[in-house]
Amino acid sequence: MSETSVISVQHLHKVYGSRVAVSDVSFSVDEGEIFGIVGRNGAGKTTTVECVAGLRTPDSGSVHVAAAKAEIGVQLQDAALPDKLKAGEAIDLYASFYGTSPEGLLDEVGVPPDVAFAKLSGGQRQRLSIALALVGRPKIAIFDELTTGLDPQARRDTWDLISKVRERGVTVLLVTHFMEEIERLCDRVAVLAAGEVAALDTPAGLIARAGGLVTATFRTAYPDLLRALPEVASVRVEGALVTVTGGAGLLKAIVTAVPDIDDLRTERTTLDDAFLTLTGEES
Amino acid sequence: MKKLALIETKLFLREPIAIFFAVALPVVLLLALGMSIPGFRDPDPTRGGERFVDAAFPSVIVLLSVATLAFSVLPTTLVIYRERGVLRRMATTPVRPTALLTVQLAINAATATLATVLALGVGHVLLDVPVPRMFAAFLGMFVLGGAALFAIGLFLTAVVPTARAMQAIGSAVFFPMMFLAGLWLPRDLMPEVLRRVSDITPTGAYGAALRDTMAGHAPSLLHVGVLVAWAALAGGAAVRLFRWQ
Repeated sequence: MSETSVISVQHLHKVYGSRVAVSDVSFSVDEGEIFGIVGRNGAGKTTTVECVAGLRTPDSGSVHVAAAKAEIGVQLQDAALPDKLKAGEAIDLYASFYGTSPEGLLDEVGVPPDVAFAKLSGGQRQRLSIALALVGRPKIAIFDELTTGLDPQARRDTWDLISKVRERGVTVLLVTHFMEEIERLCDRVAVLAAGEVAALDTPAGLIARAGGLVTATFRTAYPDLLRALPEVASVRVEGALVTVTGGAGLLKAIVTAVPDIDDLRTERTTLDDAFLTLTGEES
Repeated sequence: MKKLALIETKLFLREPIAIFFAVALPVVLLLALGMSIPGFRDPDPTRGGERFVDAAFPSVIVLLSVATLAFSVLPTTLVIYRERGVLRRMATTPVRPTALLTVQLAINAATATLATVLALGVGHVLLDVPVPRMFAAFLGMFVLGGAALFAIGLFLTAVVPTARAMQAIGSAVFFPMMFLAGLWLPRDLMPEVLRRVSDITPTGAYGAALRDTMAGHAPSLLHVGVLVAWAALAGGAAVRLFRWQ
């Protein structure tokens, strides 16, 4: 573990029965950083953070966290509270677990204290979850699928809240599958695919790594002609619609090779494209 | 832990249905049937003049409270807590989720005790139900039988995956168990074979031991042994099989 890193995961391996959930994952997180973990469903994201949170024991490899259990705050995917528990009672209860004071925390996340959990909106439940993860004044906060299922406004409010968490000097480990969330919040990202780290970089670095590529979408009856072109990096066919990515000279090569281009649109590479490229797209 | 006990008690009190079935219904049944059916209050010469409301009926009423809490209220609450991730979330804090199980068990045991005191107290005032004649033995049997039934409740919690399944399985356990304990057909009137089966069920043995001690007889060793065996087997299996998620 380097001097500044507070989380260090080395060759993490975890098996459930005969299914390998995490094959070989290594990364380290620096103090005060927001570190993202992205990947498709089943890529091993949740298992990885559950090992970091101390909820699961790795089968092999090592997880070092420079914090006591009471100094790690965790928000888990799909962890609810009893229906009739009021938000204020929940925060008092969790504060008592850590021996801290919940003063002002509910106000800060904008959740009314007298409303029972069952009556809170999805956004309020998520913000209460964040408050419960922060009530112990943690050094490290882990959030798993924080904004899944929220409407766009609630999602943006939640992102603002995470930015405030960082300003307090808390190190954040964030599991997500929203690329916009990564671009808005994360300093660095590990892209997981099939239980391994497919790439680890800054968001801008990931886009650059995907090649500073150009993406062209159009209709053609001859997608097979494209695969042979040296300028083409990848081809995805959805019905008559073809999406091609490639480097310099891509458009000229396409126009020359394919006789029937229609509805042509071009785009610069986004983090979404980088993610698809790095996790292996279906063609 | 104090805060947890306080808040879980508040949550328990916010579920009126559980309190109705575990506390109010048994008392109402004892009074309504005890006061309206004359035969319940007539001395039975074949039992030395003992009335049905003296021991046989109130023992089943006590059993009804404990079984409602042990087979339905406690396991349903705990299965919901596991299913919805309440236990998993708690596992991320410095307090172990075992604390929540302990608190829930204590709340349900306290409610069972309260319901028993209430039923026998009200019965004493309005129906002349006597104070259990072998008082210490009655207390011992109340605790031992309670341990057996709650151990079975925890075993159900360990093996039933969802709250929906728990409601069905809880009922499938509760009704035959209460039948065998003599809720609808008193044990005295059961055919020999049925009473033999009743003797080795946890509820049958529990009801019989409560009744014996209330009427001033020592509990039979068979019933004590049956209750110890159920408490040990179900409790041991629950500890081995329980999962937090």
